[in-house]
This record gives sequence, C-alpha cells and structure tokens, in this order.
Amino acid sequence: MESEQIRELVDIPNGVASRSIFVDEELYRQELKQIFGRGWLMVGHESQVPEPDDFMLSRMGEESVILTRDRQGELHVLLNSCRHRGMKVCRFDKGNTRLFTCPYHAWSYTTDGSLVERAGDLFGVPGWKTHYHEALDKKEWGLISVAQMRNYKGTIWATWDIDAPPLEEYLGSFKLWLDSALNSRSGEEGGSTVLVGVQKWRVKCNWKFAPTNFIGDAAHAVSHKSVNLANISPSGSGRRDQRAKGHYAFGWPDLGHGGLGFTPRPEEEWEQGSVFGRFPEVSEYFREVFEKRKVERAGETHYQGKGTIFPNTSFHEDQPRTIIVHHPNGPEETEFWRYYLVDADAPEFVKDTLRHYFMTYSGPGGMTEQDDLENWLYASDASKGMIARQFPYNYQQGLGYSEPFDGYPGSVWCGYRETEQNQLIFLKRWSEFMQGWNWDELMHRSTHPDYVPFPLKAGENVEEVR
Amino acid sequence: MSMASTDRVGVEEALRLQFEIEQLYAREAHLLDERRFEQWLDLFADDFMFRVPIAQNVAFNALEEEYLEDALAISWIHDDKPTMAKRVEQIRTGVHWAEEPLSRTVHLVSNVLIDVVESDDDGPLELDVKSGVLSYRHRLTDQEDTVVGRRHDRLRRIDDVWLISGRTLYISQTVYLGSSFSHFI
Repeated sequence: MESEQIRELVDIPNGVASRSIFVDEELYRQELKQIFGRGWLMVGHESQVPEPDDFMLSRMGEESVILTRDRQGELHVLLNSCRHRGMKVCRFDKGNTRLFTCPYHAWSYTTDGSLVERAGDLFGVPGWKTHYHEALDKKEWGLISVAQMRNYKGTIWATWDIDAPPLEEYLGSFKLWLDSALNSRSGEEGGSTVLVGVQKWRVKCNWKFAPTNFIGDAAHAVSHKSVNLANISPSGSGRRDQRAKGHYAFGWPDLGHGGLGFTPRPEEEWEQGSVFGRFPEVSEYFREVFEKRKVERAGETHYQGKGTIFPNTSFHEDQPRTIIVHHPNGPEETEFWRYYLVDADAPEFVKDTLRHYFMTYSGPGGMTEQDDLENWLYASDASKGMIARQFPYNYQQGLGYSEPFDGYPGSVWCGYRETEQNQLIFLKRWSEFMQGWNWDELMHRSTHPDYVPFPLKAGENVEEVR
Repeated sequence: MSMASTDRVGVEEALRLQFEIEQLYAREAHLLDERRFEQWLDLFADDFMFRVPIAQNVAFNALEEEYLEDALAISWIHDDKPTMAKRVEQIRTGVHWAEEPLSRTVHLVSNVLIDVVESDDDGPLELDVKSGVLSYRHRLTDQEDTVVGRRHDRLRRIDDVWLISGRTLYISQTVYLGSSFSHFI
C-alpha cells in the first residue's frame, strides 16, 4: 500500500482509524518490514541465560531468534535459520551449547570467540575441502545477527535496523516508567529479575489490540467487573488491584509510547497502597521496604507508571508486575509471551505470594486477562467482514483535551485517566513507521512533510510537547 | 493397577480401589461437564493444590527440565482451593465474558493407575494416581480446543470418602493454543 493510502487510514484530528489496520493482510506484511524490521523489540531477560553457552529461543516479530551468552559472557541475538537452506539450527527452547549444528546438512555455527571472529560465524561445513574446494567463505555465511542489541537493567532488546536510535533515545522520558518496573521496590537500579517460566500462548486477534489496550485504555475497566465481584485481590477486599492517588493517562505523541501512571512527586510524599492484607508477613515486608525507600531516596523524585513501548512490549510496574510481548503471528493471530518480575533480593515467601497472585490475574489462566483476551479475539473476528471493515474505530474520548505535561518531557495528558489520547498516539506512530519515514523524521530531528501534530487543547503550543 | 499395589493390598482390595477411583473420576468429569462446579469443588481436600506446569522443548539429556516445577517457577495455573472457588464464583457472576456464554466441555479420563502411598503412621489411606485426561471445549460458534495431559493426583480417604488432595496436570503444549484457561481443564 502506498504511503498516501496509509496516511488516510489514521485520521488523528478527527480521532478515527480504519479497521483495515487490524485485519488487512497486505498491511500486516508491511508491518513486519516497516515496524518489526526497524523498531526496538524485547527479546528476553539476562537471567534466562546466566551461564556461558546458555541459550534460549525467542521471537522478534515472526522471526525465530536465539538469545545466547558466549564463553566471554557477552550476549548475542542471532536469527535461528541456517544460511544454507533455512532450517532452524536450534529447536530447543533452552539449553547450553556453543555450537549450533543444522540438522539438515550439518552446517555448524559457533559463538566461541576462540574459534571464530564473530559469534554465530560459520565454523564447520561438511565437505568444505573436498566438495567446496575451500572456496566457500565461512565469514560471509554466518548466522544473521541483529543490528543492535541492548541490555537494559536485565531486559534484552534488539533491532534489525543499524540506523535505529539507541534504546534510551527511542524510549525518551517514558524510560522513567520502565525503570519503575525494573528497579527494585526500594529503588535500587535494575534490582528486579524474572521468575523462571514464560507463559506463551496464541489468540486469534490482531497483535495491535493488546498494546493499544495496555497503553492506557482506562475505560475498559468495565470488562473486569466479574473479577472485581469475585474479589481476587490479595488485600481481601475491594478492587482487584489497588493503587496510590494521582493516577492518570500520559502519552508521548512523538514516540508512540504511553500508559497510566502517576504525577511525579518527592519520594517522601509517595504513599504506597497496602494490598496484601490477606498476607500479613508480605504486607510487613513491603511496609519496611517502602519506609526504607522514603529515607534513602529522600530528595529524589518518584516516577511510576505502566504502559506500552511502541510497538509490541507492554509492562506493569506494580500489581501484577509483568512484561508482555505481543508477537504478530499473522494478521489474525498473536502469540503472547508473559514474563513476571520480582525483586531479586525479596524473601522466598514474598516471591511465592506474588507469583500466585500474578498467575490468578494475568496470562491465559488469569481471571482478569481472560476477559481482555475475549474482547480482542471477538473484536478481531467481527471486524473482518467486507461490510464491517468499511467503518472506522472511534478514538474520540478526550480528543482535543490533551495538554503538555512538564513533569515528563515530551508527554501530554488530559488531567484524568479516561482518555483515548494514548491509543491515538500509538496509531499516529504506527502510521509514521508504515509511511516509511527515515529515523531523522521518526525521531523529529527533521520534519516530514506529512507530519501531523497531535491535537491539543485550544491555546496549547505543539512545540511545548517536544 | 500396578503390581506394587496388588502385592501390598491384595487383588480384591486393589480391584475395589480401582473401581472406586475410576468412579470418582467419572463423577468429577460429569460434574464439570454438567457445570455443577460447586459440587465439583467438594471433591477436593481443603489443602488441595492444583498445578499446571509449563513445558519446554529440551534436549534428550535434559528431559528432567522439560516441565518447570521448581517452587518459584511460573506455571499456567497454580491454585489452592479458595482460588478455585473464586474461579467458580467469577463464572457465576454472569459477566465473566470469557465464559459467558459458558463453554461446552467434555472431559475424558483414562489410563488410571493406582499406587498406595506407603506410610508408617496410622494416618488416612493415601493413593498416588496417574491418569490421562482429554479436555475438549467448544465455545460460541467456531472456537474449539483440546487440552490433553497426564494427571498426577494424590488422594486421601477420610471417613470412607475419597478426597483429591493434590493434582499436577502435565499438558503437552509448550505454546498454549486455546486462547485462555477460562474453563476448568
């Protein structure tokens, strides 16, 4: 589809977007190239490959990739496809090796720096002397590596695009919220780890339903009435989760990220809600941790929030504390990977209580997430028809009421939670990637002629958002 | 019925146990499939734990790591009895959209193999029971999925009534293909 047609799919000033974005096969193929071929994607967590030669399989979009640690301790992300005939060189979800040998014709690749120059280089080819006459250049035929990889506080990110900006620049000040998930409750930098076990499951829905839900769709809370009625909260009463005051939707119009979070405030003024009433020991543990935090972090600013990092990673910083990656698996299917975070130094009984709560909330067995999955599945299903797809989705909640928010540079808010500004921000970014803008244009170092400023409340200056 | 049990309790007792436990499983399947969830909960001991560990593909020499069963490993489901009761309660609200309208399920239980748990004290008779379970569901118009798994149960007899006191269900899928576990597998 030409960029002119793509531009027409998302009408930012009017807050509407075409359903074909969520069902069209051709657009999906373009997404794999323009979005999943360029954006920063989360691959895994360093704790999943702790030892030299440890590896695990992951995905980047539809591609199978290997995350592995070499003998020198360096991490690598390699495309899991033999350069000879494309067979997967690895079909174990995890293991320990420095030699990936293709089952088809036994081309073998190694990550051992003492044998090859670059991790993933071709090492052994049967008949290299006798049948290839030493003419095959092994250095040219190593496993494809990602263009850039970044270990951010234990989470591993990669992109296929060498021109993509560094991950921190790509995140902008939204990084502060990712920090709130990855730092420990006491505020220690990157003090979290993931529990062993990633829930992976498929749902017949377009991949974009999940990130645009997790980007801060506060109005969908009604979907979860049943779980509130049944009351799964570890507090023993009230909502399924509980949180501090001052919780709003913030979006980053020039970057495509957003979520629900808190206005920044001095650490000593942060009031953490008590949510583990049914588990007094856990309650006491968290009370001590947050008391300590107040003292040790006094004078610092408390930033906290949850949301979506464009394009397909969402996280929750508090309850349940998780990261979910929405892997596209065809225009009508998504493969979700859910990771669960805990403080690495938390006592075992705290981790165990959290893990039980996480599993009853999230994932395919999660009493909250199940109703989300149902929404996404049947919204996809009912948007496919040739009649249905002619009518756009509506994103007008709060439209024209967004204002720049100085506490998070580059962000906007409406001063409340129930706004669809963030979904629109995601779709704006989607459109910019899909139109094939270059990175100077995507990062707003230069202005693309088709740049459409995000609609703000009358009188607000768009330049203030930058 | 394994030889060990036959040796220990004698053929007659072994046949009686086999009959009782197979009847119990048939009753459980019918209670679930007839949506008599509250009665289904009565089959479980108060300290019951239900775990569905995640499977992953591993090499032949690492098969002990195929299912993630460490104490702190994430599972598909790891419920105590009160949590299971919450799931029933949620379905009964009538607004749990993933199960409203309710899925139609059929559970088939087979390959029942019983071992008597050896015990030195005078506690209740306990059994380790392995079985195979096929849990089929149909939902709305064209949503259909099947979970097949190996079940390892612990059963306890109190006042001549069998209670299920523990269950681990080893499902075959590494990537779960059935959207959600909103139904009871």
